[in-house]
Amino acid sequence: MSHTVFKPATLVTLLVLAVLACVPLAAHLADQPFYLAFFARIMIYAIAASALNLALGYGGLVSLGHALFLGIGAYSVAIPAFHGIDNGWLHLLCCVVVCGVVGLVTGAVSLRTTGIGFIMITLAFAQMGYFVFVSLKQYGGDDGTTIAATSKFFGADLGQAGTVYWVALVLLVLVLWWMARLRVAPFGMVLRGARQNPRRINAIGLRSVRYQLAAYVLSAVLCGVAGMLLANLTGFASPSTMTWMISGDLIVMIVLGGIGTVFGPLLGALAFLGLEEVLKMVTEYWMAVFGLAIVLIGVLGKAGIAGLLDGLASRRPASAPAKRAAPAAVTISKPVGEQA
Amino acid sequence: MKTKNNWNTLAVCGMLSCAGLAGSAHAQIKVGLMAPLTGSQAVVGQDQVDGFMLALEQAGGKFGGQAVQVFKEDDQLKPEIGSQAVRKLIDKDRVDAIVGLSFSNVLMASLKSLTESGTVAIATNAGPSPIAGAACAANVFSVAWQNDGAAESMGKYMQDKGIKRVYLMAPNYQAGKDMLAGFKRYFKGEVLDEVYTQVGQSDYSSEIAQLQAAKPDAVFAFYPGGMGVNYIRQLSQAGLLTKLPNYSVFTVDGTTMPALRDAAVGTTFGAMWDAALDNADNRAFVTAFTTRYKRVPSEYAAAAFDAGRLLNVAVGKLQGKPADKRALAAAVKASGDQFRSVRGPFAFNKNNLPIQNYYAFQVVKEGGAPVVKQVATPLTGHRDAYAAQCRLP
Amino acid sequence: MTMSLLFTQLLNGLQLGVLLFLLAAGLTLVFGIMSFVNLAHGSLYMLGAYFAASAYAYTESFGLALLAGVGGCVVLGFLLERLAISRLYRRDHLDHVLTTFGMVLFFNELVRIVWGPQPYFLPVPAFLENTVDLLGISYPSYRFAIIVVGLLVAFGAHLLMHKTRLGMLIRAGAVNPAMVGALGVDIKLLNALLFALGAALAGLAGVMAAPILSIQSGMGEPVLITTLVVIVIGGIGSISGAFYAALIVGVADTLGRAFLPTLLREVASREVANAAGPALASMLVYVLMALVLAVRPQGLFPAGRS
Repeated sequence: MSHTVFKPATLVTLLVLAVLACVPLAAHLADQPFYLAFFARIMIYAIAASALNLALGYGGLVSLGHALFLGIGAYSVAIPAFHGIDNGWLHLLCCVVVCGVVGLVTGAVSLRTTGIGFIMITLAFAQMGYFVFVSLKQYGGDDGTTIAATSKFFGADLGQAGTVYWVALVLLVLVLWWMARLRVAPFGMVLRGARQNPRRINAIGLRSVRYQLAAYVLSAVLCGVAGMLLANLTGFASPSTMTWMISGDLIVMIVLGGIGTVFGPLLGALAFLGLEEVLKMVTEYWMAVFGLAIVLIGVLGKAGIAGLLDGLASRRPASAPAKRAAPAAVTISKPVGEQA
Repeated sequence: MKTKNNWNTLAVCGMLSCAGLAGSAHAQIKVGLMAPLTGSQAVVGQDQVDGFMLALEQAGGKFGGQAVQVFKEDDQLKPEIGSQAVRKLIDKDRVDAIVGLSFSNVLMASLKSLTESGTVAIATNAGPSPIAGAACAANVFSVAWQNDGAAESMGKYMQDKGIKRVYLMAPNYQAGKDMLAGFKRYFKGEVLDEVYTQVGQSDYSSEIAQLQAAKPDAVFAFYPGGMGVNYIRQLSQAGLLTKLPNYSVFTVDGTTMPALRDAAVGTTFGAMWDAALDNADNRAFVTAFTTRYKRVPSEYAAAAFDAGRLLNVAVGKLQGKPADKRALAAAVKASGDQFRSVRGPFAFNKNNLPIQNYYAFQVVKEGGAPVVKQVATPLTGHRDAYAAQCRLP
Repeated sequence: MTMSLLFTQLLNGLQLGVLLFLLAAGLTLVFGIMSFVNLAHGSLYMLGAYFAASAYAYTESFGLALLAGVGGCVVLGFLLERLAISRLYRRDHLDHVLTTFGMVLFFNELVRIVWGPQPYFLPVPAFLENTVDLLGISYPSYRFAIIVVGLLVAFGAHLLMHKTRLGMLIRAGAVNPAMVGALGVDIKLLNALLFALGAALAGLAGVMAAPILSIQSGMGEPVLITTLVVIVIGGIGSISGAFYAALIVGVADTLGRAFLPTLLREVASREVANAAGPALASMLVYVLMALVLAVRPQGLFPAGRS
């Protein structure tokens, strides 16, 4: 493990984290409080992307419905706040419980399918959640609801940009450290094995589905916590947080950063949201340039930014996830006869 | 190509402010202009920007004698993006006022930042009931309307016309519900059915079939933007526009008429403004807008134009850069009935929403082309129903 | 709920179904044979409508507009495939998602730059402007024409797939793409043709939908999701599956939206029905898909059957 500290991706990430730690002071000195909220948002999305990376990158479970948990986390602040409850611990409890239960149920059902079926069913659950929240007229429905009472922990109000910034930073660091440890821990190894070859994992006596379900639920809860932070930052919750475009954004961030790597989600979130902001300042037609940039990055490949960085150090290309080697036929267009 | 000059100016101003050189010697009033410039309602956003910039141009680039620096933001009609943009305008660009503020949902998402900072906020496209009622604030204004208003005027118009049985349709979000609630406040006849469709739905064949089966005396609907184009055209294709009296609000207006053209002939709609309104200020505005932007303005452009005029008068009252935001807010409030609005009489109610007339317009065929004509003024000096809940003096 | 209303809604469902089929056919083939996740399929639908609108603005002829829409999409599909898509076949599905996601953003902004933000206008051809009287109801002629055209295209697709050599290669490719390549077929050309065919169908759907719906940036995304649901229900790689599934989804969605709220009002209070009705109606298609996936994960009519 010690040699990984000197990998380029790790070094860049440590540098990024150090810069992020300095932002509050810099923003205060330059009297530019906007950047506090801006970087806080990036970190929150990095946490959400890391959560999805646990299911997608490590577990191979491509979920196009993870934005559902982001939304549930946001509403677990908004709905109690609507009734005047601003105790942060209650919000957190509500978030963890609901995300856990929903994650368990949707995960259990979704894991009965594989490949494109899995993607579509997670999408379907997210859409169903979206329509449920749209129909809740009392909590604003399609328009969403403002959060009058943000989460309060020990007297610290998460609604303040500075507070949520530090909480997000600490949480991000913890998540990254945990993901790094998990990757080589027994649970993580089984999970990654299950992504590459579920049959073999089952053959040695471990139920791959159980591990995948556990990973899915964990990632759902973590994503929900990110949603909770997001709601506190923006002071707002709406069903638009749950659309498939947001789930797509999360996937793009992970792929941009490097699927299955520890630091990929952070680098990807930084690249995605940072590039968006930079382009907005340059041209009115930033979305066209942004789209083209993403297409180019996709076509060029190189296993995301983390992979690019690692590939720069050693001359050999970064080790691509094993599933690239598997023929395309394995995932969807497998001859029906074999499965029957 | 003055638009390009504006862009260059904005680009330069943008870059200057990014470099932290705020408060340069020339620009003394900073105004943030936020509208949906991308997405399905981009045409509404573009109208607002153009209307406001026209007012600024006519005032010689100055409000109240002070040079103005405009910061444009695109909220993409997404509440999260909008609230971030508002934060950027307040914290980074340090604007004195924000104009536009997009649709009700984006406005509500940004409300906390706006009320906490005290920055003057002038909405040109919304007036959701919370802002008119319990959540009213001294620095938040709407120069457009309170969401229920136009529907209330149509309700009264149809009631006065003696229509007995009505079928109601709107998209299933807050504004849609507000519109129909406002309609029912003044219409006392029989409501056969109240149908809420999905926001952004494009195909109304299913609902139109139900409408036909219900056989009402008239149909009243609220479908802004692209939804309105689809709804009216599909009604026309089903042969219903000639058979069933059609009433609406925000469905047939300057933004949708270019796409509807003849399909809209025969409909009646209610609004606080239309290009057809016959007063001197409006005739000048419509001519100037059409010459400058090569298209007919919509009520969104008119409201944004009025916002520019309002700010001009308000800043003029302050004689020098406003010392604090409260002074500007008070000046804006006081200027409500002192600037010349293109819609006719205008004043601010105690909740900072407009007191204005609502007119009824009809689309007729004249000389082979569809033309809008004013047919009535159902509500004059109308105040919204939520003012009593507002605790402002 | 009268019989004539039910009949009208059935026709509406059928019309939605054939439009979905046009989109689903292309998407399912690309997915099944090249194993390529194409999120930009909705953008092709949108561009077909825009090409047609432009052609109509210049020529005032619906026929030429139709040609422009379909032809433009064929060319664009071919170009996209050769330039970007073909480089991604060997890659992970997620790379496909990333690239086509970028394409969606790019095309949405491109149409705004080229055509402007206002909704566009393509009129119904003059001879289809009235209504047709069928079995006691009057139904818009144009929508009826869509149903007819859609069914003709479906019939043509069936002929193509089952009576021509190209169709045989496509069906073989849906079952075992590697083998087809190994047997000496120019797989690159086949892939390009296939992608262009899918694009043509999407463009046709866009042109036919344009007179009913407004043409604007982002019009492809909502329909893309429903199309994905259709191909999952029908079975990846199967055109007949796409056909039946599209009709089922079209009819179920339309009837659900039309009659669920009314049915709910019979059993629950008006308040609840007004709130829950639209939500349940929107969810209906997804519940249907979930059921199909639970019972028959490979789809109702998977490729591999004749």
